Amino acid sequence: MSTVITPSAADAELAVQAVQAASRSEGYWAGVWKRLRRDPLTIVCASILLLMLLAMVFAPWIAPHDPYQGSMIRRLKPLQTPGYPLGTDELGRDILTRLLYGGRLSWFMGIMPVAFAFVIGTTLGVTAGFLGGKVNMLIMRTTDVFYAFPSVLLAVAISGALGAGIFNAILALTMVFIPQIIRVAESVTQGVRNLDFVDAARASGASGFTIVRVHVLGNVLGPIFVYSTGLISVCMIIASGLSFLGLGTKPPEPEWGLMLNTLRTAIYVQPWVAVLPGVCIFVTSICFNLLADGLRQAMDVKA
Amino acid sequence: MLLYLLRRIVYAIPIAVAVGFVCFMLVQIAPGDPINAIVPPDAPADVVEQVRKDYGLDKPLPIQFGLWLWKVCHGDLGRSLATGRPVWSDLSSAIGNTLTLAVCASLLGFALGCLLGGIAGTFRGSFADRIATTLAVAGVSVPHYWLGMVLVVIFSVQLNWLPAMGAGPGGSADWSWDWEHIRHLILPMVTLSVIPMGIVTRTVRGLVAEIMNQEFITALRAKGLSTWTIFLHVVKNAAPNALAVMGLQLGYLMGGSILVETVFSWPGTGLLLNSAIFQRDLPVLQGTILVLAMFFVTLNLIVDLVQTTLDPRIKRA
Repeated sequence: MSTVITPSAADAELAVQAVQAASRSEGYWAGVWKRLRRDPLTIVCASILLLMLLAMVFAPWIAPHDPYQGSMIRRLKPLQTPGYPLGTDELGRDILTRLLYGGRLSWFMGIMPVAFAFVIGTTLGVTAGFLGGKVNMLIMRTTDVFYAFPSVLLAVAISGALGAGIFNAILALTMVFIPQIIRVAESVTQGVRNLDFVDAARASGASGFTIVRVHVLGNVLGPIFVYSTGLISVCMIIASGLSFLGLGTKPPEPEWGLMLNTLRTAIYVQPWVAVLPGVCIFVTSICFNLLADGLRQAMDVKA
Repeated sequence: MLLYLLRRIVYAIPIAVAVGFVCFMLVQIAPGDPINAIVPPDAPADVVEQVRKDYGLDKPLPIQFGLWLWKVCHGDLGRSLATGRPVWSDLSSAIGNTLTLAVCASLLGFALGCLLGGIAGTFRGSFADRIATTLAVAGVSVPHYWLGMVLVVIFSVQLNWLPAMGAGPGGSADWSWDWEHIRHLILPMVTLSVIPMGIVTRTVRGLVAEIMNQEFITALRAKGLSTWTIFLHVVKNAAPNALAVMGLQLGYLMGGSILVETVFSWPGTGLLLNSAIFQRDLPVLQGTILVLAMFFVTLNLIVDLVQTTLDPRIKRA
């Protein structure tokens, strides 16, 4: 007996499969989570970052010493000194303790500017992309001007003119990242604006604000978010760089970039102790970078 | 296309003026009276008033900007507060040093990036691809000022092969192409080259992979062309984009070399900026940033023009 399936039977079979698949499908975010879980590199990076975050949050309980209390008789001890596993700095303060506390400010200065720029840049970029015309012209041409500066130079210029300080550094970095996020937000919004469902919403009488809130934001936030995650790595390097130049945090505050700066003179005495804060910056930055790559793939956003 | 080139050049002018305006505003946003950026703090009150009048600082902001722009266009960037010399005189020698460093670093980064990216793009998914991709990610995520310190620790402190500081023997700031000077160039150059290396590797890998997937490569293979000839075809297709990325990287390095120059005490614009920031020498800060930003604007323009001219696939009107 032959098992020839008639076309109509095959169609029915397919339809049944489709219904089954539909009842099994979990939606977008579940899919993203599933893909993320299958990506070992991203999981490793996320775990490292989480560990670092926990270590910083619980620094007062973990840290063996006081981050500000130094002693002249134990300056620049090498690695594996009893009681000071990572040595001491030029003022005799425990490096491990200062690295644990220092991460707080480094992370703060690496993440806050991107977060601020995300909010401001998305607002301006979506407005420009959605409204078009003169508003677009005004916002995008202003963006072009700030885009005409290399990012490190713009950060140094603004914080150099404003003077040293955490607040000024964060302000400068926010200014650096706003134009970059505006560009991405504007271009993805342009892509969504002319899609059929937006026209349909408009035809059904929805106001511009409602269309943006309900129909546009949901479609553009993902790509902008992924792009912004990638900026955290850059931001952390520039932020620590500003502190390294003496433009960010001020001594005796523990911060990785500033620690690198003050330990710079110690490279002839304790070279391997002096480069430790940079290892922390490097690890954080590379993890954020790979995490952003993983997110981009999992969320299926084109670069 | 000629029309596009002309329009692109004309469009660069308002951008340049606006960039000038941002640099002008740097002194305005600085805390305190902008007059403090011109006269030393201990100047008597009548001198301050005289200078205020001479510099037009008693006039409204737009007119001040006009006056400032007029001076800048005539090559007058003001005088340094710290040394009293015209800003341009210190800046001109510093720019040469920064340019030497940035050009060498981007050439090295470009060469390495093309090599790594080419291999990675040709053999996607292979072990070599993984190494190249890892190096690329490391290159863009490494804090290069820290990398500079590590290189100094290894090659200057431990091995004592290369000098750790300066651009020449005895801290001389004048560059020349002899071995003594080149020895000083090696470490900062390698340090600075990791960023363009990472970015060029990523770009070239993507370009090569995309080109290798296209039908004309299959056709060339079917025709029986040698690997070398196919390679030349790939190069020809990837070159305009790769060169454009490279050109922009040169601009980023010019502006971003401040950190590396600080680590190596390289007598360029970065070191100048650094000391200007510490001495609150706003005219030097403003002048240096203006010149570097203008360099970047010009470079952007050149890259765009060259890319449009080189690549027949780009049709812009």
